[in-house]
Amino acid sequence: MLTRRFVMGFYLVFLMLPIYWLINMSLKTNAEIISGYTLWPHTLTFANYIKIFTDSSWYSGYLNSLQYVAINTVLSISLALPAAYAFSRYRFLGDKHLFFWLLSNRMAPPAVFALPFFNLYSAIGLFDTPLAVALAHCLFNIPLAVWILEGFMSGVPKEIDETAYIDGYSFPRFFTKIFMPMIASGIGVSAFFCFMFSWVELLLARTLTSVDTKPIAATMTRTISAAGMDWGLLAAAGVLTMVPGAIVIWFVRNYIAKGFALGRV
Amino acid sequence: MSLSLKNISKRVMGEDHLQDVTLTLTRGTVNVLLGPTLAGKTSLMRLMAGLDKSTAGTMSFDGHDITGLPVRKRSVAMVYQQFINYPTLSVFENIVSPLRVAGLSKAEIETRGQEAAALLRLTPYLQRTPLQLSGGQQQRTAIARALVKGADLVLMDEPLANLDYKLREELREELPRIFGATGSIFVYATTEPTEALLLGGHTATLWEGRVTQFGRTADIYRVPQDLITAKVLSDPPLNTVSVWKSGNTYRLPDGTQFETGRFAVPDGAYIFGFRAHHAALTESGLGHLNLSGHVAVSEITGSESYIHVDAATDRWVALARGVVKVDPGAPIRLSLDPKRLYLFSPAGVLVEAADAALAA
Repeated sequence: MLTRRFVMGFYLVFLMLPIYWLINMSLKTNAEIISGYTLWPHTLTFANYIKIFTDSSWYSGYLNSLQYVAINTVLSISLALPAAYAFSRYRFLGDKHLFFWLLSNRMAPPAVFALPFFNLYSAIGLFDTPLAVALAHCLFNIPLAVWILEGFMSGVPKEIDETAYIDGYSFPRFFTKIFMPMIASGIGVSAFFCFMFSWVELLLARTLTSVDTKPIAATMTRTISAAGMDWGLLAAAGVLTMVPGAIVIWFVRNYIAKGFALGRV
Repeated sequence: MSLSLKNISKRVMGEDHLQDVTLTLTRGTVNVLLGPTLAGKTSLMRLMAGLDKSTAGTMSFDGHDITGLPVRKRSVAMVYQQFINYPTLSVFENIVSPLRVAGLSKAEIETRGQEAAALLRLTPYLQRTPLQLSGGQQQRTAIARALVKGADLVLMDEPLANLDYKLREELREELPRIFGATGSIFVYATTEPTEALLLGGHTATLWEGRVTQFGRTADIYRVPQDLITAKVLSDPPLNTVSVWKSGNTYRLPDGTQFETGRFAVPDGAYIFGFRAHHAALTESGLGHLNLSGHVAVSEITGSESYIHVDAATDRWVALARGVVKVDPGAPIRLSLDPKRLYLFSPAGVLVEAADAALAA
């Protein structure tokens, strides 16, 4: 019993150490961070956080990121739902190949697409808008959402669709009233995965934006100045970057495992 | 007031699922579709519901052609073998879902929903979700939803197959009573001859996508048109033995001869058919047909024993009352009253049925 507790405790400490260190740093002054090794902040300061919440060049980074992440998640899910329904319910020519091809989109590194997207979006005036990043991320998120949702939808017997038609439901009404509540956890999990990808993706987000919609991750890479690195500020920004993900994961925590198995549990 | 199917065929990927089905089902009747798995029962039901389209043939309801009419526009209700309900809705919302879609008034939905729930004894569970119910209650919910709609055509595809036997017996008694009162056309698919006989009404026997016979269940049980129908509507299946007739003498495959003046038909090859419970294990009766073979298996249910008998060319099943203990491999003789014999042509067409009074 004691050993088990010790092992578990050790494991948790091991896991939490980098996160603790980040929080620790965010509450220190730069002088303390550079001066040496302290396990907890000796001169506690919230100045780093205050700066982020008051300086528009900082907090707008968060707002910009949240904006394109939200657009992307909504877009991906609403496009993936009908696609996944078609894959799960209908047999058509090449359906299996098309389904696999969708996933193969995720095999290419985002960097491959950075250049064509940059050129294309500049040409049509989408450059430096939240929509540009949201659309670019769709290339990766829609296939993933289709895969996850298809698994959840195939778990719903086809007879339920038929029963609804027999009861007189029109397709849109059946889909929204009966079908979507049944795969609600699947929608939640796909939304989480879309959110996560879009939130942490840096390369496309930075390439496709400049001033107006600069994402937080890009802002964070620009804290190096002539005065050196602003360690405390960067750590505080890092802590705040983890918050939205933590909130989202709290809501879907019970479904994550099923989501990783693409609904086929 | 009827549903008629004319020369309905259904081909899927070059395979015939249904061939040339012609049926007329009248209002207020119980119609059983009986056949083994893959006989086409479900295919036929799906066509009746409008879930699938037939390859050929026409379907009409009360004289109106409904061949291509989509399922939403038909007055149909259906219950599946699996317990199909909407898991996110409460039991009450499940039951009244067709009424909600139809846009009925709140008061009417409430009354009709409660009525159907009471009839299927679901009243205490209305606020639960279907997954919190037992299997029998889940299926009753599905049946209540089919009932509440007051559809002209109620289709049930082996609704009791996934239930344990007590619930099956209970629901099997209730179903014809509940749906008989609504005056709708009630169609019930099953693989079990016993179920068809217990439900009464009419039966259509299906075999490899064809309706072999349709009529009142008792009638086609007594006088099946052909050997297939007789075998489908008989549990255990009708026993057969091929014979060669010359005059009043019938020669069996094992060489034994049997004399009877019962069948006034030309000489030639024929098939005798007889039911399991007509084969007596005791050699008795003057002029009875005596068959001999060896015991293959004996199954004892308690009140009855099924004796499987291996003969020269066939395997027969005899039903004896009580526990009859016979050893496998032991020689056994079956005795049959010729009045209870069915005579079929070698092609399986009925030549002469057993005496009506004795056929059952």
